[in-house]
Amino acid sequence: MLNVIDDTANPVEQFLRTDRMPHIWCPGCGIGTTVNSFARALIDSNVDLQTLALVSGIGCTGRVAGYVKLDSFHTTHGRAIPFATGLKLANPKLNVVVYSGDGDLSAIGGNHLIHAARRNIDLKVICVNNLIYAMTGGQTAPTTPGHATTSTNPYGTFEPAFNLPHLVEAAGAVYVARWTTFHVRQLARSISEAFAKKGLSFIEVISPCPTLYQRRNKMGDGLDTMKYYKEKSKVMNGAPTGEVGLTLNGEIAVGKFVDRDRPDYQSMMRAQYVEALGERYIEEAEMECVCG
Amino acid sequence: MKADPHGVLTGTHFIDGDHACCEGALAVGARFAAGYPITPSTEVVERFAARVPTVGGTFIQMEDELAASIALQGGVWGGAKAFTVTSGPGFSLMMEHVGYAAMTETPCVFVDVQRGGPSTGLPTLPAQGDMMQARWGSHGDYEIVALCPNSPQECFDLTIKAFNLAEEFRVPVMFMMDEVVGHMTEKVVIPPADQIEVVPRKHTRRPVEEYLPYETNGDLVPEMAHAGEGYKFHVTGLTHDERGYPNMTPQTQDKLVKRLQNKIRNAVDRICMFEEDGLADAEVVVVSYGITSRVAQRAIDMAHERGLKVGKLRLITAWPFPDSKIIELARRVKAFVVPELNLGQMAREVERAAAGKARTILVPHAGGGVHNPEEILKAIVEATRC
Repeated sequence: MLNVIDDTANPVEQFLRTDRMPHIWCPGCGIGTTVNSFARALIDSNVDLQTLALVSGIGCTGRVAGYVKLDSFHTTHGRAIPFATGLKLANPKLNVVVYSGDGDLSAIGGNHLIHAARRNIDLKVICVNNLIYAMTGGQTAPTTPGHATTSTNPYGTFEPAFNLPHLVEAAGAVYVARWTTFHVRQLARSISEAFAKKGLSFIEVISPCPTLYQRRNKMGDGLDTMKYYKEKSKVMNGAPTGEVGLTLNGEIAVGKFVDRDRPDYQSMMRAQYVEALGERYIEEAEMECVCG
Repeated sequence: MKADPHGVLTGTHFIDGDHACCEGALAVGARFAAGYPITPSTEVVERFAARVPTVGGTFIQMEDELAASIALQGGVWGGAKAFTVTSGPGFSLMMEHVGYAAMTETPCVFVDVQRGGPSTGLPTLPAQGDMMQARWGSHGDYEIVALCPNSPQECFDLTIKAFNLAEEFRVPVMFMMDEVVGHMTEKVVIPPADQIEVVPRKHTRRPVEEYLPYETNGDLVPEMAHAGEGYKFHVTGLTHDERGYPNMTPQTQDKLVKRLQNKIRNAVDRICMFEEDGLADAEVVVVSYGITSRVAQRAIDMAHERGLKVGKLRLITAWPFPDSKIIELARRVKAFVVPELNLGQMAREVERAAAGKARTILVPHAGGGVHNPEEILKAIVEATRC
């Protein structure tokens, strides 16, 4: 019997809450592109969707949680990582993805990001970096490159920006990669690789905000930004993260920068308890249901 | 259902209120706590950190109270009973997530061992200055439950009650201790597990295709699912419909926020607990809670020795406020005397409910100690002359 392939259905549709479409993202926005790569990674990596949970913070990228057909949590601003930490610790069988933006994860949630990396909690963090606070109208973020024009720096920014791969590597992440929304296949592959890692993985995706960043900085529209990403991106796998900082209109270092192994939080916790308590230790996975 | 015996340290103990609170949490089945150290509350999680690996649970010390108060909610959606513990400055930081728990209907417990404020105030000394913050600290309209133990034994008993109320109503419960109750050591009797009633999580039994996360059927409390069970549900702090999907219309807002309010307001008489004595022929009623109720008892005894008709109303539940009890008493007593370790918080509630039918006399104390019973007695004597 022949397998009938329904080529009218988009293969990623099964991962989306189609009853919530259309989404709120602007024409030319890159967030939907990242969700497409995420969905393709789910297909490629055969992740069990039943035990996959996705946690977002607040902002344009924070809305991803509302569009994916998974157990999904749209939390408070900056707190996706600590919420995800609690979720993972209470149910270690869950595969927990944190999907949020640069302002959410590195400004208001910056402390949680570095501590999650230090602890090496088993979370897959996808950070869509559009270099700006987009949901609120284009204010300066900790990631906005110097000299860019924003609504709160109308004469140009002058604060130094965070180099996120460098920050999370220093804090202890086991997997650090950066792509742009031009690199859809490479991004999907990195997400698949992160699913195979134990510990904190961090994938930064440089993404356009044509409405508020590109327009204000006279960088054209979404298509012009794709051309810029294509021309100015340089694959630098294994590059020292200290050298991959971003500049306005400059080269974008992309690739897998860090891929290393060290024990994750729960493995270290269990080992310590076994050493200290021996048979008195009861693993949290044996927790009985609270439901009666 | 009955308590899981693993967590129940049955026996007679000589422990302080902080430790008793921890034992209450373990007895009722709390298996996840996230905390951040702060005096005078830290002993609760110190004990939890020592005990919980032997009963199948986890404690994590987070990087701040913002993280602790949301990590515990991740724990709840992962299937655990969970709580956090703090004091005034930390409680201030947690307010964002009191609102998130109220909006998402995450059953959980916030323990606040109150100390003198504002700001860092008096880290090692008592106060009851967070009572209004417990009720109104997060933005928007919502309801919570707040309980006020006045002894280590009650720190045990009422912690169980706090978790049970949280589960029954899917609401954050504020456990309002104070430094004296937290640090005083007394006899605490922990009963056998089969004598401890535990309210199970209101978990859905519906098949996946029929489940709507915020659908309610009559009792205003929706059924819950946990991550990893296949329901693929969505939770958001945004105004949401029965599917859990964001919906920015005034109609959805009205329906949701009124339900969050009514699920508690319609059950006030069931939730409110108080201890009363001598109210039948009282001319004056002393309304107190927490450690102040024990000082007030001394003042009441002194008033009785003088032949004054003084009754006692101790609030065990501070929120929701027992309006109907005050309204009923206000019709037949001269005055209420309200001593509290703040400059007038619950006294205003008494005054509001009494609505001019009886006088309310506040006996304020800025915190840092407890009242001298003579001050309360003086107010009682003044009240009898109303």
